[in-house]
Amino acid sequence: MQKSNASNLKRVFVWELPVRVYHWVNALVLVVLVATGFWIANPPAIQSSDEASLRYLMGWVRHIHFVSAYIFVFNFIFRLYWGFVGNRYASWKSFIPTNIHFFERIWSVLKVDILMIKDKRKGYHTAGHNAMAGLVYFGMFFVFMVSIVTGFGLYADMSTWFLPQMFDWVPHMFGGDAQVRHIHHVATWVTILFTVVHVYLVMYHDYVEGNGEVSSMFGGWKFMSEGYVEHTKEQQKNKKKKKELV
Amino acid sequence: MVNQRPTYYEEIERKGYSRRDFLKFCSMITAYMGASQLGIAQVAEAMETTPRIPIIWLHFQECTCCSESFIRSSHPIVADILMDQISLDYTETLMAASGHQAELAKEETMKKYKGEYILCVEGTVPTAENGVYCCIGGKTAHQVLEEAAEGAKAIIAWGTCASSGCVQAAKPNPTTATPIHKIIKNKPIVRVPGCPPIGEVMAGVVVHLVTFGTLPELDGSKRPKAFYSKRVHDSCHRRPYFDAGLFVETFDDENAKKGYCLYKVGCKGPVTYNSCGIIKWNNGVSNPIQSGHGCFSCSEDDYWDNGSLYSRTTGYAGFGIESDADEVGKIALGATAVGIGAHAVATNIRKRKLISDLIDEDETQKES
Repeated sequence: MQKSNASNLKRVFVWELPVRVYHWVNALVLVVLVATGFWIANPPAIQSSDEASLRYLMGWVRHIHFVSAYIFVFNFIFRLYWGFVGNRYASWKSFIPTNIHFFERIWSVLKVDILMIKDKRKGYHTAGHNAMAGLVYFGMFFVFMVSIVTGFGLYADMSTWFLPQMFDWVPHMFGGDAQVRHIHHVATWVTILFTVVHVYLVMYHDYVEGNGEVSSMFGGWKFMSEGYVEHTKEQQKNKKKKKELV
Repeated sequence: MVNQRPTYYEEIERKGYSRRDFLKFCSMITAYMGASQLGIAQVAEAMETTPRIPIIWLHFQECTCCSESFIRSSHPIVADILMDQISLDYTETLMAASGHQAELAKEETMKKYKGEYILCVEGTVPTAENGVYCCIGGKTAHQVLEEAAEGAKAIIAWGTCASSGCVQAAKPNPTTATPIHKIIKNKPIVRVPGCPPIGEVMAGVVVHLVTFGTLPELDGSKRPKAFYSKRVHDSCHRRPYFDAGLFVETFDDENAKKGYCLYKVGCKGPVTYNSCGIIKWNNGVSNPIQSGHGCFSCSEDDYWDNGSLYSRTTGYAGFGIESDADEVGKIALGATAVGIGAHAVATNIRKRKLISDLIDEDETQKES
């Protein structure tokens, strides 16, 4: 890591408002979806002497699950769109490897953050997503797709709207609802594991780098060394060199 | 020759059924087919004018529960007239002829009505060891099926065996029991899964084929939509208990007596497409869920391999005999937590200098 002087830190605006809104809406609905999902899969034994007509507990839990799922889907679609119109940190280019340098940066991140050995490139040190994180988020986009497709596949039969019904083919393709449900569970667990590691690593980066990693998702700002900021400006000026830098 | 064949109605009359009986049958079967009341006239007309269509019914690796279910469907015309006396030219279990006579009857039908007869198949076809695991009249099931399928107008795959394999195709499937649609690719096939399928469903499919001469409307898995478009769960009379969150916890508890939802004791109604909740069984007397037992998904593909019959979770072999996604997930979560803990400790050891440098920098700056 470059010798950054605490006195020479510059504020860099990284996460635009739509990105931050996406992030927190996504976080909220994922928590709701996972909680209601596990409830639906294995509802707790709540005893009652009421008649069934007086209660609608399971119905409400499922309703919340479906409403959250719709929010999740449209939020997700919005984020895909923002990947094309947002700033450079939100761009699809920071998620999808387009050249060999992307993988070099990933290796560098692995060396510094996971193996904890020295790396002269220090390639991970960036204001936006580091290369490893970008690729993992790209992977999560596919996991989200799996959740959405299998979820709509299970929901299609109950729906009269064309959108879920477009996924009518899903159970037929996987050989029945039981299999689709199974895949839906696996995708849920991948999302849970991702979330745990994601939250930990955010705290880790905040702790060892002191750039305001955690608060950046609230205000959008990060604190980067002057050297880094100059560097970035140069990069933007010189687009040809852009790929080799950071 | 073909035009001289009697129509269904003529045959029904000849057998001594009244016009009234005939119309009752037509209205009932129209309802089963999922058509509106206007369809009754169409069915009646079709049965009055269409010459009978011969049916060849083959039995391979199966238990004959499909035939049993069929001949017990609620209206006698179905079994007695439509199939047994009129249309069924060959079926090992019900026909009077046997041996060479039986085989001769089949060959004659296949020759005489080439391209017109309906082929019904019960059971799977074993393909391992050149098909020696099931031989009839000196031929393997595979040969018999291919011969009969060649001249067939359409094929009905009865039951879970013929439509997806059932128990004989469960892992490790020693005889390589194969469902019909994986062997015959060039004929229209209707899959009518269930172990067995509901008799009235079978009657509905046959009547549709023979009266209208077309396949009923099928879903993406080639099942007739009229009977397999809804989950058992969505037509279940215990559904209000599900929505209310009132569940049977064990089969002998108070909730079971009250008739609560069987979801938590492994009812697979939510993942099963069938008409058990609507048409029911044994002339509409009951269905498994009504009698207090969860659905175990007998009409779904690979239901023997999708985990226990009394659990909705689909297992992974190898992770502690049988674990579902949730158990594997919990273990992975624990492993992740351990990994994170180890990483946090390592961070504080390996990066101690880095962090203390940052703090030092800050302090130096304050002093200056």
